[in-house]
Amino acid sequence: MPIWLYILASVIKSAVVLVVLLTAVAYTVWLERKVVGHIQNRWGPTRVGPFGLLQPLADGLKLLVKEDLTPPHVYKPLYIAAPLIAIIFALTSIAVIPFGNPVTIYGYSIPLQVTTDVNTGLLLILGVTSIGVYGVALAGWSSNNKYSLLGGLRASAQMVSYEISLGLSLVGVLIMAGSFSLHDIVDSQAGHFASVTWPALDPVLRFIPRWNIFTGQIIGFFCYLTAAYAETNRIPFDLPEAETELVAGYHTEYSAMKFAMFFMAEYANMITVGCLATLLFFGGWHGPVFGPTILKAVLPVFWFAAKVFVFLFIYIWVRGTLPRFRYDQLMAFGWKFLLPLALVNVIATAIAVVW
Amino acid sequence: MSVHLVLFLAFGAVAVAGAVNLLAQTHPINSALSLIAVMAALAGEYLLLGAEFVAALQVIVYAGAVMVLFVFVIMLLNAGVEEQTTGSRVAILFGVPGAVLGSVLVAWVVLRHSGTGEVPAGALPGPPATIGPLLFHEFLLPFEITSILILIAIMGAVVLASKPPSAPVPPREEN
Repeated sequence: MPIWLYILASVIKSAVVLVVLLTAVAYTVWLERKVVGHIQNRWGPTRVGPFGLLQPLADGLKLLVKEDLTPPHVYKPLYIAAPLIAIIFALTSIAVIPFGNPVTIYGYSIPLQVTTDVNTGLLLILGVTSIGVYGVALAGWSSNNKYSLLGGLRASAQMVSYEISLGLSLVGVLIMAGSFSLHDIVDSQAGHFASVTWPALDPVLRFIPRWNIFTGQIIGFFCYLTAAYAETNRIPFDLPEAETELVAGYHTEYSAMKFAMFFMAEYANMITVGCLATLLFFGGWHGPVFGPTILKAVLPVFWFAAKVFVFLFIYIWVRGTLPRFRYDQLMAFGWKFLLPLALVNVIATAIAVVW
Repeated sequence: MSVHLVLFLAFGAVAVAGAVNLLAQTHPINSALSLIAVMAALAGEYLLLGAEFVAALQVIVYAGAVMVLFVFVIMLLNAGVEEQTTGSRVAILFGVPGAVLGSVLVAWVVLRHSGTGEVPAGALPGPPATIGPLLFHEFLLPFEITSILILIAIMGAVVLASKPPSAPVPPREEN
């Protein structure tokens, strides 16, 4: 492939992924308000557009034209840098996520992800998200406000604690796939079960795909989802912004677009978590593919998006259902329960694979 | 100039500038952030050498975990602005010649024993599949000894941070 074509393809892919991601962020907010509204026996947004569908646009416009206040006693360089760090690293981590098999256009194979398939893709995502902690921590510190500082401290302690469980919960999948490349991990989950010992069960087993969740990584999946909820500071782990005790936590002093950046970063991180859960445990873009050629090309991406949507819905469902942990409960759960469970999963998977 | 050389110089410049800024800043949090820039630039250099696994670990472990704890401690203690002194006489008398001597020695060793030839891309073990056997087969003993070293450091920190046993512990309130 000539270099100019490569650059052109990269620019187009980046633009498309960014637009889709930001639209998804806006409509995840709408979905959350709508679903949580219905869970609480309310309607949610209904006024702007049909079903309140234009509400994200109205919100965005409002946040754009709102006065951008800078409180007098903040440490300015870091106060401005913190939301930028949060949003930049939240948007970057989507770059290595593949959405489907490479497509061939005019004889050139173009991978359906922003970068090419890097063989340390998963590590890159972990690295980028671990840098994202600085956005929250620095926002809390530079605001020069005790609620913000407490929120920032809580966030960094929580994220560092749960990052270990998050990393360990993925090791089981890595052992089974034998690769860090997200593409290889998805390919290792292709096909469906077939029983040699019980031929009678074969027609039933044929309907169960060989996704990691069905091949023994269910504990790993539980650890991953729990740790990821803590990493993204969502209920029931949203201690850093617990409004009953900390006003709004680390973003108390932020307004207008700077606040919106934290908000967008949180939802972009939720989407990344959903994408990773889909790729690692639910077979990525694998699903029933049928019909004419055009449908065959579109269906894998559709299955991928549908699975990510399910995870976003679960996020919102959990938010509407569970209360918030106390801080000591959060730490005890992370260190004394989740971490040993993730370690046991690693050891059990290693033994089972070598057997 | 090749793209590789340009990138090498750019990352090198960022690393050196970050290191100098680390010393020049009076506020601890600015120094800590400069150190993160140095770590990230080093990760870029590793990536140029084709060592993507080492680069990813550099970002995850140093920039993402170790430095977060640094920043956390600075925030927790709310460390104030430090006073910039012109340096003690001892530091100038021994420190500057020592630093010059040290860098000359390092440069001499490097030039003498490795030659000045270019390091080809991919000279270092890059993909995780080649690093794993190296760590867990060939260099297993040094690897395990290093982990014991870290364990000793953790135990030392626990001993230093724990309160003396003679101090009476106030009874915990039931809540």
